[in-house]
Amino acid sequence: MKSQVLLSARQVGKSFVHQGQPRWACRGVSFDLYPGEVLAVVGESGSGKSTLLRLLAARHACDEGSVHYDVQTESGNEPTGLVNLAGMSEARLRWLARTDWGFVEQHARDGLRMNVSGGANIGERLMALGARHYENLRGEAIAWMQRVELDTGRIDDLPATYSGGMQQRLQIARNLVTHPRLVFMDEPTTGLDVSVQARLLDLLRELVDELQLAAVVVTHDLAVARLLAQRMLVMKDGCVVEQGLTDRLLDDPQHPYTQLLVSSVLTP
Amino acid sequence: MIDSNYNFAFLDERTKKRIRRALLKAVAVPGYQVPFGSREMPFAYGWGTGGVQITASIIGRADVLKVIDQGADDTTNAVNIRRFFARTTGVKTTEKTAEATLIQTRHRIPELPLTASQILIYQVPLPEPLTKLEPSRQETIKMHALSEYGLMHVRLYEDIAQLGAITRAYDYPVMVNERYLMSPSPIPKFDNPKMHMNPALQLFGAGREKRLYAIPPYTPVRSLDFEDHPFEIQRWDHACALCGSVDSYLDEMIVDDEGSRLFVCSDSDYCEERRDAGHVGGQQAVHLHDALATPVINSTTTLQEAA
Amino acid sequence: MYVAVKGGAAAIESSWRLLEDQRRGDTAMAALTVAQIQEQLSLAVDRVMSEGSLYDPELAALAIKQSSGDLVEAIFLLRAYRTTLPRLGYALPLDTARIALLRRISATFKEVPGGQMLGPTYDYTQRLLDFTLLVEGEHRDASAPSSNPSNKLSEAGIAVHRGPLPTVPRINDLLAREGLLETPQPEMVAPPGDLTRDPLMFPADRALRLQALARGDEGWLLAMGYSTQRGYANSHPFAGEIRRGFVSVALVPDELGFEIDIGDLEITECQMINQFSGSREVPPQFTQGYGLAFGGSERKTMAMALVDRSLRADELGETRTAPAQDAEFVLSHADNVEASGFVQHLKLPHYVDFQAELELVRKLRTSHAMAKKENT
Repeated sequence: MKSQVLLSARQVGKSFVHQGQPRWACRGVSFDLYPGEVLAVVGESGSGKSTLLRLLAARHACDEGSVHYDVQTESGNEPTGLVNLAGMSEARLRWLARTDWGFVEQHARDGLRMNVSGGANIGERLMALGARHYENLRGEAIAWMQRVELDTGRIDDLPATYSGGMQQRLQIARNLVTHPRLVFMDEPTTGLDVSVQARLLDLLRELVDELQLAAVVVTHDLAVARLLAQRMLVMKDGCVVEQGLTDRLLDDPQHPYTQLLVSSVLTP
Repeated sequence: MIDSNYNFAFLDERTKKRIRRALLKAVAVPGYQVPFGSREMPFAYGWGTGGVQITASIIGRADVLKVIDQGADDTTNAVNIRRFFARTTGVKTTEKTAEATLIQTRHRIPELPLTASQILIYQVPLPEPLTKLEPSRQETIKMHALSEYGLMHVRLYEDIAQLGAITRAYDYPVMVNERYLMSPSPIPKFDNPKMHMNPALQLFGAGREKRLYAIPPYTPVRSLDFEDHPFEIQRWDHACALCGSVDSYLDEMIVDDEGSRLFVCSDSDYCEERRDAGHVGGQQAVHLHDALATPVINSTTTLQEAA
Repeated sequence: MYVAVKGGAAAIESSWRLLEDQRRGDTAMAALTVAQIQEQLSLAVDRVMSEGSLYDPELAALAIKQSSGDLVEAIFLLRAYRTTLPRLGYALPLDTARIALLRRISATFKEVPGGQMLGPTYDYTQRLLDFTLLVEGEHRDASAPSSNPSNKLSEAGIAVHRGPLPTVPRINDLLAREGLLETPQPEMVAPPGDLTRDPLMFPADRALRLQALARGDEGWLLAMGYSTQRGYANSHPFAGEIRRGFVSVALVPDELGFEIDIGDLEITECQMINQFSGSREVPPQFTQGYGLAFGGSERKTMAMALVDRSLRADELGETRTAPAQDAEFVLSHADNVEASGFVQHLKLPHYVDFQAELELVRKLRTSHAMAKKENT
């Protein structure tokens, strides 16, 4: 089981039409992701990394190539092997997104229900799966709030009253409550204060470790990649220019663009 | 007696056929909202055109029709609709629930249990149970198709978290046949249990929104709740002032300037049948106190209390 | 002792009598005739026909008389009547290029083939109340051209023995021929849906949207159209052409298998020319919005054309930023028969539901009180 590929991207690409010409937002991306492994996708804005994330999470259809995921049956016992996401029904994809996957948005507002309380946000996935015991739901919400270091006294407060860092923690809790095996993260710490970022990264690292999460983390910040990811893809203009072990890439970059990125990081 | 300028029951036969076909679809998929080509009727949209179109499509010469609004036959809109059918069909009308084969209703289910030879037709203003959470019909169609009802449960959780209880008193959402989330129309939640496993066919018409739906006989209907906050119906501390009933839904009436209240059965036929059978009520006006106004609360005698 | 109050039926009958008294007014005055309404309140009649979706000026006038001038109520009467009418078939599309014109203007060119014809319009009047109209009796200038001023057909020059209608090419067609104006085609091969038979579902194609706009409330569409001019999704409109006149209606009856002319309709048609779109590869063209209504309902057709254009946002690849571009929002609330019914239904008794809410509020207040008591 441990050596079974969880997520496989095969020559994945997405194009769009700009001024009458087809242009590729990303193209020719391939990798295999294993359970418990974290992959960072690094690049500047416009590199295609966010588009890639959305293709992997089946939010867009691939124009080229395919994405495969090791879907479990609903009972979670027998692995079915890699399934092409393009062949899955919308119902099944939405179910997958609510159970075995998480998606942490860059702006917490996009990933939370802003008009219901923190507790309701965390409990939603469980309720969608049929959980119908109020106190149990509340207990789960409290447990998760503690785990992501949120003040449990704020359980009935609306997310708009939370700070940016707290909203991100709430978003993480909301996604992890169904014990997904794979989490997509789109710039999870960007836009937060530096100290808040650091604490959030520590939390993410702990959670990934403790829960054996696999993750694909999009970031323009090499420090995030170094801290969280075992492996890394470097993207420029829609293509992967270099990929491999994070440590090796950062210590000994081969491609000129990677070298440029690494050299421009301000050392603390 | 019948107005011969119009077809039997006003609608032309082709229109009736289309509505019946939609009804068949609705019966085949309990709780699912079937779109239909609703026609302008001689009543304003919002005043029962959906219910009227369903009744008009299924009424036959041998039927006996009862029409109620707020549980009573004598409310002005019920009178208006009953006259419309009398005029366009010549069919016998009645105020007695037991005698009726078709019952068109707004906001109540009759107290007397229905039988397999009766059809209950509900007037529905807003057929979409998710409408206050998601106004777009395109979105809600998808949510029903994919059984994505998490949003509704989140709302109920939130009610309990913020206010201590689910705050739906009427139009309380139900799961029909454990598949479709349905709006039972603005009946008080008191009436929800009557829909479950009812021997009668229950049809729901929303004319303005152009949808109809159905609960076939003996279909499970479950009001949404939490295991530890179970669904409960309204209860009164008072009996009906006229017939003494303690089991029926009561209307509250203010009878003097000091705010004395009198409680009377909402279902006028039920109350009359009880009085005919010899039951008598206490005719007692009561005073109700605001729970938060008086320092000492005697919750058993003067206030309504949840069972 | 309390006794259940009965008498709803009697109350209703009294209300009918009072309503009839209100409608008739002072019996010392002559009653309005339907013919007078048809002739002298013709623009009201036109609106009722357009939104009532039924072209019958006499019936529309009757509805206005019956509803004491409440046009939304009159529209409702006409629609309810329409439900009872048998459907014989579908007419062929109106050819508005073949038209006996009463009025024809274009804001986009100074000179146009066929000329600009002002016709009867308020546009160049000063809006001063004309108190001479308070005086009874004839007030018309004796030197007026038509011998029979109430006969619009003769004003338009249609003789009793009719020949074919003159063809007046549309300015939009001339621009389109030059490739300057888009010529959108219907998206599907199947015949257009029928809004009067099937419920409106979204996404709705343009044919259905236009049907909904044609019978939509003028006030609502006016407001929506106005919003597009004020920055809520601006499309830089120009009035390419507005024409009003008589066109003929043709039908191919099953029994005959060929086209027959069954009569004339007065219509107003507005074609707006809007923001051009294009790119380096696709040469730019102007886009259009369309409005059509019965009679002289010019404001309606102009508003309709603005909203038609704004609802084409998705089709033309424009980002939706404004309410007037949201078809579900605009069209779900455009029908004033539906809107009036539902808004006014709040007058119906709702005391059973209110009772349920009372019970709930009391219960919650009791819980609060008990909690308070426990905490003290």
